[in-house]
Amino acid sequence: MTAFLTALALGAGYNTALVTIGAAILGGSAGAIGAFVLLRKRSLVSDAVSHGTLPGLALAFILMALLTGDGRNIVALMAGAALSAALGLFCVEWITRRTRLTEDAAIGAVLSVFFGFGIVLLTVIQSLQTGGQAGIAGYLLGSTAGMLRSEAETIAVAALATGAAIFVLRRPFTLVCFDEGYAATRGIDVRLTDLAMMGVLLAVTVIGLKVAGLVLIVALTIIPPVTARFWTDRPERMVLIAAAFGAAAGYVGAAISASDRGLPTGAVIVLTAAAFFALSLVLSPVRGLMSGLATRLRFRRRVHERQGLLALARGEAIYDPLTIKVLRRAGHIRADGVATLEGRAAAAAAVREEALWGLYRRLHPDEAAALDHQGLAPIAKALPPDVVADLAARLDPAGAGAR
Amino acid sequence: MSAPTLIADHGRTLGQSHPDSPLAISGLTVSYGEKPVLFSIDFVVPKGAMVAIVGPNGAGKSTLIKAALGIVPRVAGEVTVFGAPYEKARHRIAYVPQRASVDWDFPATVRDVVLMGLYREIGFLRFAGRRHREKALACLERVGMAAFADRQIGQLSGGQQQRVFLARALAQEADLYVMDEPFAGVDAATERAIIAVLKELNGAGKTIVCVHHDLATVPDYFDHVLLVNVRKIADGPVAATFTSHNLQATYGGRLAAAHVEEVAVGREAAGEGR
Repeated sequence: MTAFLTALALGAGYNTALVTIGAAILGGSAGAIGAFVLLRKRSLVSDAVSHGTLPGLALAFILMALLTGDGRNIVALMAGAALSAALGLFCVEWITRRTRLTEDAAIGAVLSVFFGFGIVLLTVIQSLQTGGQAGIAGYLLGSTAGMLRSEAETIAVAALATGAAIFVLRRPFTLVCFDEGYAATRGIDVRLTDLAMMGVLLAVTVIGLKVAGLVLIVALTIIPPVTARFWTDRPERMVLIAAAFGAAAGYVGAAISASDRGLPTGAVIVLTAAAFFALSLVLSPVRGLMSGLATRLRFRRRVHERQGLLALARGEAIYDPLTIKVLRRAGHIRADGVATLEGRAAAAAAVREEALWGLYRRLHPDEAAALDHQGLAPIAKALPPDVVADLAARLDPAGAGAR
Repeated sequence: MSAPTLIADHGRTLGQSHPDSPLAISGLTVSYGEKPVLFSIDFVVPKGAMVAIVGPNGAGKSTLIKAALGIVPRVAGEVTVFGAPYEKARHRIAYVPQRASVDWDFPATVRDVVLMGLYREIGFLRFAGRRHREKALACLERVGMAAFADRQIGQLSGGQQQRVFLARALAQEADLYVMDEPFAGVDAATERAIIAVLKELNGAGKTIVCVHHDLATVPDYFDHVLLVNVRKIADGPVAATFTSHNLQATYGGRLAAAHVEEVAVGREAAGEGR
């Protein structure tokens, strides 16, 4: 525990601090690009990319082992991983475009073939008469323990570069994700933008292999964006929040892993990200379970208030205890159940609201059905002013309550 | 001087012969697989016109504007915008897509969508400033949606979503507005609000092209019409072109004769012509 706290505070030595910071930057970039990929509805592609890295990784290791006697050269391994992931991505694109298979089917096929081939190559590596076979295992599940300073620096700088690329490309990414047809009319090359998006995704995946591992890096591009969606309804903010969650997961994951050599980094990062997700699922003010419950309770109170006010306007007696409670809390009725002055005004307003909404429902049934909580929200807030004016004009010449 | 390719030459001629036309289309052909969806469409939009593109379902109306604007690839054909190649003048066009073309659960507020119309003005790297946000709000004001600026777009009704798309187009300050079914599935009040904005734009000298499905309102809303069903059937001023004869030719048996008689203009003229 103390070792973990020391690592969290970046006090566990220069190398560990560098790795932790590198993992945080990587997590940030992965979250940001993952947010765009999620909005483009292509999250599964990151799965194909990560599994597609294995054959290239293994081939690069074999090649370096034969040439230099040691396969653990991070630059060569990254290059190999990037090339084979790009080939995998190309296969997915080609299959999707040239055959009747859908993208998810193509991803499944490519992913398993590449991964299977990679596993075969790993077996070959185990039989090689060379050192450092254990080094390649770190790429499967992620390992920051014993990482070299040069490796950590490479990861940090490369992750920073992808972050910069995402910042520069954020506008085309947003437009293409929202509406590719409209984006095309604004002079954006949709195919090129998609290619850039996949390129950044590929880069982040390859950079993150050593830290998070190829089986689990995909979680870093999917979980933080999904978590971020709970907290905002705006595109740029969602990308920033996804980056923040990814960075936090990367930071905590790397710190824990560095403090205890038994824990693979990737697993800790994923569990941390999942914990953020679970918390957001419950607590989010926009779409969380708690806020959903609060909304339902508020809605119920609104229904009772409206029913109570309409009953007041008709001079009917109110028996429902919740209705009475709601009306009394709002000051519409006194303790003995008699309507207050405000209560009578509110009742008249409620009658008018009902009449306007009723007219709207009759005139535009499809539109009305599409609106949330139609009829209970104040009409002036739910509909554009000209529509409300039109309804009022139709209602008033005939006198309130006519028809 | 080396000889340019035939097609490039064709495009230059098209631009030279229609330097003022906001949108000139020549020989436009689009196919899905080997089935032509549109075949050899020639169409010149007059400057300052309110144009309706009319035809039955599956006639290629939406495809026509999508191909003209480079959204779907074309097999053949040239397009010029104010006499210039499309690529050079696309910023003078504002496109309003069909409402169903986007996922309304996208994390964006009404204001975010309108700001998309200002991306060119804001610049590639910079952030939207106060001036841009105010301009977006002013565009929303024109379509009666200013009070909805901070609402998530999925919470809007169909008519409200269409208004937001129109506001985004207004933000682009274009000279030509190309709209795909702007009145489909919107309430009557929204239809009135949209047509009022379009007439106002038209009064200011802007050109409007709409894919339109409601034959009854064509003579009221538009002054120019293109009748299309894979091939061009007819085009010209509504008064001369929107005849029962042409409508029968466009819709074939798909439209009851009584309905054609009801919506068509210049019944007598068409009758005499037969």
